[in-house]
Amino acid sequence: MSKLGDLGARLHRGEVGYDFIGNRKIWYGLSILITITAIVALAVRGLNMGIEFQGGAVFTTPKTDVSVSQAQEYAEEASGHDAIVQQLGNGSLRIQVGGLDTAQSDQVREELAKDLNVPEEKIAAELVGPSWGEQIATKAWTGLGVFMILVVIYLAIAFEWRMAIAALIALIHDLTITVGIYSLVGFEVTVGTVIGLLTILGYSLYDTVVVFDSLKEQTKDITKQTRFTYSELANRSINGTLVRSINTTVVALLPVAGLLFIGGGVLGAGMLNDISLSLFVGLAAGAYSSIFIATPLVADLKEREPAIKALKKRILAKRASAAAKGEPLDAADDLPAEAAVVGPRVSRRDSQEYRG
Amino acid sequence: MAAPNKGRRPAGGQSRPGRALALILIAMVALTGGMFWSGHTTPRLGIDLAGGTSITLKAKAEPGQESAVNETNMNTAVGIIERRVNGLGVSEAEVQTQGRENIIVNIPRGTNEKQAREQVGTTAQLYFRPVLTVADGGPQVAPSATTSGSPTGTPSAKPSSSGATVGEKSATPTATATTQGRAVSEALKAPSPTPTASSSASTKPKATDTPTTPPAADAATLALQKKFTDLNCLDPKQRAAAGQGVKPTEPTVACGEDNPGVWAKYLLGPAEVEGRDVDDASAGIDQQSGQWIVDMAFTGEGSKKFQAITGKLSQQADPQNRFAIVLDGEVVSAPSVRTTLSANAQISGNFTQQTAQDLGNILSYGALPLSFETQSVDTVTAALGGDQLEAGLIAGAIGLALVIIYLVAYYRGLSLVAILSLGVSALLTYVIMALLGPAIGFALNLPAVCGAIVAIGITADSFIVYFERIRDELREGRTLRPAVERAWPRARRTIMVSDFVSFLAAAVLFIVTVGKVQGFAFTLGLTTLLDIVVVFLFTKPVMTMLAKTKFFGNGHPWSGLDPKRLGAKPPLRRSRRATAPVDAKEA
Repeated sequence: MSKLGDLGARLHRGEVGYDFIGNRKIWYGLSILITITAIVALAVRGLNMGIEFQGGAVFTTPKTDVSVSQAQEYAEEASGHDAIVQQLGNGSLRIQVGGLDTAQSDQVREELAKDLNVPEEKIAAELVGPSWGEQIATKAWTGLGVFMILVVIYLAIAFEWRMAIAALIALIHDLTITVGIYSLVGFEVTVGTVIGLLTILGYSLYDTVVVFDSLKEQTKDITKQTRFTYSELANRSINGTLVRSINTTVVALLPVAGLLFIGGGVLGAGMLNDISLSLFVGLAAGAYSSIFIATPLVADLKEREPAIKALKKRILAKRASAAAKGEPLDAADDLPAEAAVVGPRVSRRDSQEYRG
Repeated sequence: MAAPNKGRRPAGGQSRPGRALALILIAMVALTGGMFWSGHTTPRLGIDLAGGTSITLKAKAEPGQESAVNETNMNTAVGIIERRVNGLGVSEAEVQTQGRENIIVNIPRGTNEKQAREQVGTTAQLYFRPVLTVADGGPQVAPSATTSGSPTGTPSAKPSSSGATVGEKSATPTATATTQGRAVSEALKAPSPTPTASSSASTKPKATDTPTTPPAADAATLALQKKFTDLNCLDPKQRAAAGQGVKPTEPTVACGEDNPGVWAKYLLGPAEVEGRDVDDASAGIDQQSGQWIVDMAFTGEGSKKFQAITGKLSQQADPQNRFAIVLDGEVVSAPSVRTTLSANAQISGNFTQQTAQDLGNILSYGALPLSFETQSVDTVTAALGGDQLEAGLIAGAIGLALVIIYLVAYYRGLSLVAILSLGVSALLTYVIMALLGPAIGFALNLPAVCGAIVAIGITADSFIVYFERIRDELREGRTLRPAVERAWPRARRTIMVSDFVSFLAAAVLFIVTVGKVQGFAFTLGLTTLLDIVVVFLFTKPVMTMLAKTKFFGNGHPWSGLDPKRLGAKPPLRRSRRATAPVDAKEA
């Protein structure tokens, strides 16, 4: 672990660092590739919508000796629809029958109870009308829209509009990837999935906000110096918060992993599993996007600003002249070589800020 | 935000950790005390964890009547459904609106779930029944007890419950109750009451309407008389059960609320007109009296029936000239009939705008002011609910354990602060959830459990942001005490901004969404708020205090704040930099 701490120290001092901004085209390309794959998968394969979105019933029987295929036969006979039967960890069966309305599914439950020879009250049933999922989906979309608008406004005020835009793009990116993975793997989309997906909203932005916060601080007096371009400072921010980002992501993923493990391991399937699966995928995507997409995007947007552009020009000119004079220190493009100077320099700027 | 001089600041307000700690301690003790005092020491469990049936209904907007799906009608519907479900003998059924167009009905396990489902969504029964007798709805133990000369201790102790047990448990009331029953029964059977009966009957409900002219021989059985006498309308259970499952062609008993809180009980004849005979009804103001009235229009057949019955009733004296409007076994209104009416009728009385409109709604929609579609029915057996609760708790414990292991491994001694903070956070979350059950009807469901587990990560995130900030300060060569204070304003800002985003997401989800999503959003929002409280009032003060200890302050290798291990390059070591190269390579 302390290796990570050691890395943290060296990252903090700028002794090591990965050039996230410089290599951003690679990561943009990767993200575009993943996004296109996700969209294609979505268009071709679609999503495996659970019964909550189609209408139908999920019956959970108590522990039983009836075999899966036998139960499937019973269920299909009783309902006249296709049935999916799964054996759960505790020996009970989960029988899923699509395309039923709530009144029909009630009868199916009755017949199943007879076939399986268990009292009807012992069979848990989730009966869903066809329009319920639609209602949930509509509300989820509304929620997503409202949240995006509000968060863009908030981030634009708390930070600036470029960061808000970048955060939004990163967010959409995360959601697309998550949905794409669902489509590719064929995981079932349930209400739990929707919950998980909506939670990613807050979480994906959490990491991004941490990096942006550092970025805002680092670039506060950017026009008053001629040492670093915006992109270089942005890169420093990412590197400086890297350990923090890794830690927060790991810590966020651990409980979700616990949920996933228990949801899948003990209960076989259900809401715990659905929520944690989409959270797991979305959180991983969120951590990736906050580092590789959101901040480079901000840098790209920022570099278009006249003041920042002029600054870059000045810095490059200064470096060129320094190189001509044969001063190796300032000629270096990348940070590691300058690290020894950078550390104290930055902290001096900080103390000015504090006195002010 | 920006703290002034770093040297003086720690001596000022920042370093009063005691106050903040005392505050949160008091809050914790008060809340926990409140929890034990209220007796709700565990959070109320939702249907999916406790077992039971949860039914979601969605109001259907009829074409051209989209505005009918409004708050008033939804609330009326909730009231009617509640009455129906509780009429099945369910005492803890819970009916509430969710969003603008959904009604959730939660029925705990152990009740006739099937019957409940049938009752819930269907259109209610609305009947017009002639009134035979009206009596005070309250317990009739007191007056009868006085007549029989027995002490009146019991009724005064708990009127409603003692009323409820009449005829079953206590001997004295049984005797009088029978007398009363016989009195009424004879009043119903015989054209003129026997002297004993009339005297007994008239001494009792003197204050209310006494049957002066007994109705002509109805097929009223003795059982019905007894039922009428025993009926105590002050008891909600009895009230709801009174008129349930009675055929419209049979006489029945029912309760009705004359004025808010004032109940009367009725003996009613067979239904003469049915709800479907009403074509339309609406509330309006009578031009002459300026009072609120309800206008009714009947269908063709309905007006014939109505004409026949009002013709008969208008000849009678009070209360037999009254015509009870019975909805789901409860008398909604019992206006008296003065003249023969046919196609249109007007009900006047002590209406307020609200009550007139309610009655109009009930009449015109037959029952529920809206028609509903069953969206989902979730029946969870106790076994499955228990399994899910257990799985959720295990998942939470595993998640928490994993986070703690990671924190200990990475932050060493510092993790103590994080673990304590997580503990405080967990305690507060639990207590508040337990208290919110009785307070606002919060029920812990599976998604809410998930939300709480996910929140472990959010809470831990805040500490990480702060700890990493402190470590950054240490790396720049500061000693722990100033590092703790300097790191705080910046960490605080980051924590606030990111928690705000989390809270925004939770709030939007809570407001916009329905059903299970809402439970999840609620927990997430609650824990995010608590995270802020804990970080401000607990984590930060504890850090300030620990910074004064030798173990942390001197950067013990196991404190997690060892400057050497962190690779600090303090100014004072600058000269030695060459001899102490990037150290702490060892694990």
